Amino acid sequence: MAFFQMKKIILAWAVRKPVTTRYPFAPRKAVPGSRGRLDIQISACIFCGLCAKRCPTAALKVDRPNKHWHIDRLRCISCGNCVDFCPKKCLKLTPDHGIPAVTRDWETF
Amino acid sequence: MGKRTIIPFGPQHPVLPEPIHLDLVVEDEKVVDVVPSIGFVHRGLEKLVEKKEFTDFVYVAERICGICSFIHGQTYCQGIEEIMGLAVPPRAKYLRTIWGELSRIHSHLLWAGLMADAFGFEALFMHCWRVREQVLDVIEATTGGRVIFGSCKVGGVRRDVTPEQLDWMLKKLAEVEKEMRLLVDVFLNDDSVKHRLCGVGVLSRADAQLLGAAGPTLRGSGVADDMRLLKYAAFGDLDFQPIAKPDGDSYSRCAVRCEELFQSVDLIRQAVAKIPAGEIAVKVVGAPNGEFFSRTEQPRGELVNYIKADGSKNLVRFRARMPTFANLPALIKMLAGCELADVPVLVLTIDPCISCMER
Repeated sequence: MAFFQMKKIILAWAVRKPVTTRYPFAPRKAVPGSRGRLDIQISACIFCGLCAKRCPTAALKVDRPNKHWHIDRLRCISCGNCVDFCPKKCLKLTPDHGIPAVTRDWETF
Repeated sequence: MGKRTIIPFGPQHPVLPEPIHLDLVVEDEKVVDVVPSIGFVHRGLEKLVEKKEFTDFVYVAERICGICSFIHGQTYCQGIEEIMGLAVPPRAKYLRTIWGELSRIHSHLLWAGLMADAFGFEALFMHCWRVREQVLDVIEATTGGRVIFGSCKVGGVRRDVTPEQLDWMLKKLAEVEKEMRLLVDVFLNDDSVKHRLCGVGVLSRADAQLLGAAGPTLRGSGVADDMRLLKYAAFGDLDFQPIAKPDGDSYSRCAVRCEELFQSVDLIRQAVAKIPAGEIAVKVVGAPNGEFFSRTEQPRGELVNYIKADGSKNLVRFRARMPTFANLPALIKMLAGCELADVPVLVLTIDPCISCMER
């Protein structure tokens, strides 16, 4: 009879701290290398529009005459395709996921 | 003969993570017939090939399923590479194998948790998912995503893994393996769990083959059939034998998945030991022209992608045959004759992925 095989795990975990964290009081630590939030260093951008052209979800818009770069955070899937194609390497994905977006509007840089 | 009643099961049911509807025809407490209906989460992803470029479609292919996402992307990329005659660098093939097996471990642990939940073992469910979280940490650190890896592309992979990360991965997997041994011990040896699984929902070898079952459902009925034997990615260089159990009941399907957890850990160890240095992707020039059936082994079974291209940037047709779709007739066969209380457990023994099935 193998009754209550779970006892080994239960006893071991009865004296340990929980693995869950008290979010949002203890924020989640960003994992290095994680694809989080898309960031732009706007001073280096040449507004070539390649990022907007290669974006699979059409989350980016580049206004070349007025030198503006727009992003719809709710559409962005953080795939990093734009980062791969950017000729000036001014785009990057930060491991931190940032503040959640709640409305569908264009953030302008 | 008792009075026949029809009991609707789903699309909203505590045991189902995703919507499927079953009309259970019952006589007293015994299920005598089942009529399934699907189509609650159809998203029309296959149609998107006409709008997305073939290189960008891998992002859509990965999002067919939230659990086995990497293998979906990999299968699609392998199909395109085959049509275009691209020689993928060996390092990329090994990395695909490692990530594919990591996704198998996390998928099987997720299934184990849901299964424990289905037979009312909440503590076991929590611990399965706790262990799974450590696998997700490894995946996030190496690919950048937790369940949507986004690291596969046509012609290779999108990011490399450093030797230090590979060492760390092996160290983490050794810890995970130790914890998985304790969990698997409960699934395979605990009397109360065995009571719910042994001899329940028997699918004979002949029925499994006749109804076209796939993956652990097929192997649980004694057929040692696994698409990894096709030696795609780096499986040709690794020592691999499919796991099969002869009994065909819920317990043997559970045992197949439990043993596959350790097999995947072993395959990752072999792949890390043999991984060659070098390039991780080749440049893709031109567009595919032709058609191909790409087949791989997902955690749930055989995945078939049909890809047809005409030399333009957009594909003509993309069709994905999912393992859950193949396992549905087998599920109907298993359910006929079972007790009503066993229905949730039996539905989970095929590891249903409904969103995957409906695309």
